[in-house]
Amino acid sequence: MSTDATLSFEEAMEKYDPVLGFEVHVELNTKTKMFSSAPNVFGDEPNTNVNEVDLGMPGVLPVVNRTAIESSIKIGLALNCKIAETCRFARKNYFYPDTPKNFQTSQYDEPIAYDGYLDIELSDGTVFRVEIERAHMEEDAGKLTHMGGSAGRIQGADYSLVDYNRSGVPLVEIVTKPIQGAGSRAPELAKAYVAAVREIVKNLGVSDAKMERGNVRCDANVSLRPHGRERFGIRSETKNVNSLRAVEHAVRYEIQRHAAVLDSGEPVIQETRHWHEDTRSTTSGRAKSDADDYRYFPEPDLVPIVASREWVEELRATLPEPPAERRKRLQADWGYSDLEFRDVVNAGVMDEIEETIAAGATATVARKWWMGEIVGRAKNADVDPGQLGVKPETIVELNKMVEAGKINNKMAAEVLDGVLAGEGTPAEIVEKRGLAVVSDDGPLLEAIDAALAAQPGVADKIRGGKLQAIGAIVGAVMKATRGQADAGRVKELILERLGVEG
Amino acid sequence: MAAINRDDVAHLARLAHIEMSAEELDRMAGELAVIVDSVKSVSEAAGDDVPATSHPIPLTNVFREDVVGHTFTAEQSLSGAPDAYEGRFKVPAILDED
Repeated sequence: MSTDATLSFEEAMEKYDPVLGFEVHVELNTKTKMFSSAPNVFGDEPNTNVNEVDLGMPGVLPVVNRTAIESSIKIGLALNCKIAETCRFARKNYFYPDTPKNFQTSQYDEPIAYDGYLDIELSDGTVFRVEIERAHMEEDAGKLTHMGGSAGRIQGADYSLVDYNRSGVPLVEIVTKPIQGAGSRAPELAKAYVAAVREIVKNLGVSDAKMERGNVRCDANVSLRPHGRERFGIRSETKNVNSLRAVEHAVRYEIQRHAAVLDSGEPVIQETRHWHEDTRSTTSGRAKSDADDYRYFPEPDLVPIVASREWVEELRATLPEPPAERRKRLQADWGYSDLEFRDVVNAGVMDEIEETIAAGATATVARKWWMGEIVGRAKNADVDPGQLGVKPETIVELNKMVEAGKINNKMAAEVLDGVLAGEGTPAEIVEKRGLAVVSDDGPLLEAIDAALAAQPGVADKIRGGKLQAIGAIVGAVMKATRGQADAGRVKELILERLGVEG
Repeated sequence: MAAINRDDVAHLARLAHIEMSAEELDRMAGELAVIVDSVKSVSEAAGDDVPATSHPIPLTNVFREDVVGHTFTAEQSLSGAPDAYEGRFKVPAILDED
């Protein structure tokens, strides 16, 4: 596989102006599929959450899921879209094993929602408006696993295995208008936009919105044009960009790659690119060709959808608090400063903190764990913090142990590592690793006496009332007990030993 | 006469995965043109006051409640598969090594 030339991001920005566009697919969390009554469930035995409709058997008839329509209208409303009075489904015809019918039921010329916008807040508080072209309904395709050849990629695979459990899962595809004027903030805006869409659909309760499960998937279009030119450059469409960090990285990479292509005097090829998380780069997919002639036509087996204004207003009335307003409320509830709250939002752990608080932690404790312990670990593991697998209950349990004096903060961090390594529950790990704060005063007093004897000068200072000198003795005791002592209790005992009032 | 040339037919045949000989392509170009013209005559019958429709019956909003119904077992799903492996349909890889 050849490596494409890239320019530094700074140089690319000096020479060119990026234009972005996104197609975000949102899987709805309805109980059943879009057109069949088979369950919409992730991760079951292959080809068991299907019936004759999902397998595209001859003669079957699809029937629209009412809840999926309502969820789609809600998404449209939350994206400030107009809701079509009438719309219909269309067949998108193509041959590929991911769709057993040889067409995908989608919407073409009549999307259910159109002409919306989303105001995106960047990390420094700048608000950038992204215009939404349309949001249309369709069904997801089956999942292909490529076997043999080079490491699960389709290139060189010997054969593919197909699981149709995902086939027919309701999708809403949200398409932006070309996004201009983002400049060097394009990668950041890309990430913030996808994060905002994910937040909205999660907040609406219409999708599980887990990117790692493919509930929210992003195709990122990037093109460059020389500064001052109005006409757009030729774009590439990067697929398989399935984490927020990847969205940012993919846009940045494509800007750098396009800039190098344009600098060499060659035209950019209009093509699909595949994102590779391991190398943080894209490789060429197929060029746009005949295969993209989908011959859309109105789906004859499904009658049009009429969204009466009464129905739309009924649904509008059920919309939850918008995320931006929710953020303001949460910050007030939690008592975080602007800076603290922005750090939490930028670290992508606001929902996690909310869940942790709901599980019984205080706002301070939840922030301490997520920002102090988990965000750093996620960075090291190169994943989003929410993907690390820390459960709110784990944090609550760890914190209870710390507050009860069973373990100290240092041990709690060690236990968290154990939980993440799959060694068991916090209680089990504490037991297994023999972690416990030395609470028996006997060994503590022994260590204290030894430390005082070793540092008589310090002992005198403390006796003389210089209480800040106590740190040296506490430190020595912690060292002697290999960190297993409760520092607060050690302090008390030292003062007691020296006959000083604390 | 509608303009359907040989290249159009070849293009459609490729999209539809239908193998056609040179002779068939020539013949179909002529036949398809006649068919398209015949269909066109339908639109002449409708005046300007008749809106275009994709469905002949004035029916809308045929919905199903979001309630789980029947499913197949993996064995049932795969019963008509030409080839299967570990509960999944086995199909040829579509793209070759670049």
